[in-house]
Amino acid sequence: MTDWCMVIDLEKCVACQGCSIACRMENNTPVVSPEEAKNGREMRWNDVFPLPVHLGPDQGEYPNVKMHYSTRPCMHCKNAPCVKVCPVQATFTDEEGIVRQNYNRCIGCRFCTVACPYGVRYFNWFEPQWEETLAEYRNPDQLVVKGSLEGPAVRPVGVVEKCTYCVHRLVKAREQAKVEGRDFRPDEYVPACVQTCTGKARFFGDLDDPDSTVSQLSKSLRATHLLEDSGAHPKTLYLAEG
Amino acid sequence: MQQNLILHDRDELIAPLYQFDRKFWTTLATLIIIIAPGMLLYVRQLVLGLGVTDLNRPVFWGAYLVNFIFLIGISMAGTVISAVLQLLKVNWRRPITRIAESLTVFGLMTAGLQIIMDMGRPDRLAYTLIYGRLQAPLLWDIASLTLYLLTAIFALYLQLIPDIALLRDTIPATAPLWRKKLYEILALGWTGAKEQWRRLEKAITVVSVFIIPIGISLHTVTSWLFSTTVQPGWKSTILGPYFVVGAIFSGIGLLFIATTFAREYNKHLKAYITETFYTNLGWIFIVMSAVWFYFTLNETLVVVTEQETLEFPVMASKLFGQFAPAFWGMNILMIAATWILVAPKFISDKPSRNPLFQTVTGLGATAIAVIIFFLLWLRLPALAAPAIQTALILAFVLFFIFALLGVTQWMKTRLITSTVIASGFVLFGMWLERWNILLPTLTHARLMPYTTYNPNVTEIAVTISTFGILTLMFVVFYKFFPSISIWEVEEGRALEADSAHQ
Ligand code: SF4
Ligand code: SF4
Repeated sequence: MTDWCMVIDLEKCVACQGCSIACRMENNTPVVSPEEAKNGREMRWNDVFPLPVHLGPDQGEYPNVKMHYSTRPCMHCKNAPCVKVCPVQATFTDEEGIVRQNYNRCIGCRFCTVACPYGVRYFNWFEPQWEETLAEYRNPDQLVVKGSLEGPAVRPVGVVEKCTYCVHRLVKAREQAKVEGRDFRPDEYVPACVQTCTGKARFFGDLDDPDSTVSQLSKSLRATHLLEDSGAHPKTLYLAEG
Repeated sequence: MQQNLILHDRDELIAPLYQFDRKFWTTLATLIIIIAPGMLLYVRQLVLGLGVTDLNRPVFWGAYLVNFIFLIGISMAGTVISAVLQLLKVNWRRPITRIAESLTVFGLMTAGLQIIMDMGRPDRLAYTLIYGRLQAPLLWDIASLTLYLLTAIFALYLQLIPDIALLRDTIPATAPLWRKKLYEILALGWTGAKEQWRRLEKAITVVSVFIIPIGISLHTVTSWLFSTTVQPGWKSTILGPYFVVGAIFSGIGLLFIATTFAREYNKHLKAYITETFYTNLGWIFIVMSAVWFYFTLNETLVVVTEQETLEFPVMASKLFGQFAPAFWGMNILMIAATWILVAPKFISDKPSRNPLFQTVTGLGATAIAVIIFFLLWLRLPALAAPAIQTALILAFVLFFIFALLGVTQWMKTRLITSTVIASGFVLFGMWLERWNILLPTLTHARLMPYTTYNPNVTEIAVTISTFGILTLMFVVFYKFFPSISIWEVEEGRALEADSAHQ
């Protein structure tokens, strides 16, 4: 069974935030005003953030500073707390190990946002808006499964959204292969952040295939997870620095 | 005296139901003025989205959820008083069963309303039925709430039937036709036949037995919403019983306030709801406060001692950080409430000359204590020196003790007033408790800088509105039905007379 997984090599990551922007353009996450952003309403499905999060005296003072960055997509947890608490199955794990979101069903109770230990779920506080020029560059793709919107077309107000490993790209790649009358190859599908990554720090593939890059990398001694002890069994892998 | 009461019973309790006097209309108008702004702001929220509140990431839940838990909690009043005391055949429960049961119904209704107001997509409410996942704690809560509400309505209605029949039979000729029809339909053809009584009593007992576990399940399941997540501060195994205890505690508090409100509104009720009720229920109140302190100590002490990396920052923010005013405010309110209830029982009736026990001293000390509390809260930079802080805290403790001692004498002679004050403290303290459970965890999310949250105008107005609606339901309901279960009181008298004869 396919088990899609992302590996992020923090040694190679240059914290350029390219992944963050690629994700924004690919998935049409709305831009919010600076005031709203200050109020914690910004949306970055893929965030680049300093580690540890709570900067304190431990980091030292300029010029003797110790500072790390990490990047955070959804972990697509194997025991996903978000999936467990959703009352209407608006968020669910599919057969290929991707935690997906059904925007037509979400009732906006925000239980999943509260339950996710990684804080990678975002709520549409207002009707999403784009300034004119930005709106012209929106991704026209639209994934509709059984009549339900799953992105990346614009989501309505009042629902929760999150990183889906760009699942619409998977569907598109499969359809392409079908049209061309050949079998689908796993390397035909990567999320936008992986495609963009400046430092080539991101890898993507099938964790279930022992020969895939991600499987090989997962055996590295540097391989680890974010908050390994959260109980959520996060899947997205990190290769630690150093 | 006894005889007189029985003769007047029906007049005093039924006549006001048909008097739509100035007092009623002013109360109604005041309530509507209180409710209106919140409702308007809620409509704005419906149009624009939840963004009009001050919720954010990671504080996805706020004042609405606190209100929800609080309202669920106060709805416990009906179960305890009515069902438990009913089963124990306690006699002093009779005059207040009706008020207690109606509080359950109205509390649950407003709690449901509050949770709908908190939804991002209230238009999709039906999805919880259509696509409901039985494994999700939220669905357990919805199921439990619905079941509890239906059972509570049923229990209230059962108790009402004989009284509705009485209303049907005694309705004045001037009453509007629809009211006659209403009572006629609701009375279900009750004639007071022996068989009907037998069945009613049986049904009431059965419902009383069932409503207790249903009530406890609701409070427990509500706590599971939090304790089944992996978030620091919530994943605690005692949250379930803690919520149940808190619910009974605040439920009794509300019951005291509601009965006193009813007594003041219709002075005749004073002959029925007597000080006996305040004294007896007061004892249960005291016991609950002790249990509540016990649980709070458990929750706090364990986390403070183990200093676990995720849990401790949450607790520290309550003890010393941004939630300290709410946390210590809660504790101070609860200590004061317990003192108000307990202390008068220990002093003698004779007024004391000791200046420590004078009301003036008490009030003066209270004022000073309140000022010091706010000084500590504001954290003025000028007072930041550790020595000054310590001095302030010590002064606060000293004046707080003076305040408690000073008011005791005054409380002794005013049982009802002091019980109501204690109830007010408990209600506010319990609201703060819910706040202290919910928000410190949310503001201390993992992998995100710690944040703050304060409800904004919309949330405050909607909160006021919600409590206004609760009161409105109460006022309107008792314009149609007597606030005292007439038949139960009469039955109680008959039993008393019976035992006196033997
Ligand atoms: S990281 Fe959060 S949103 Fe992603 S699967 Fe895990 S719990 Fe769900
Ligand atoms: S906010 Fe939406 S996705 Fe999240 S738990 Fe509620 S219904 Fe499910």
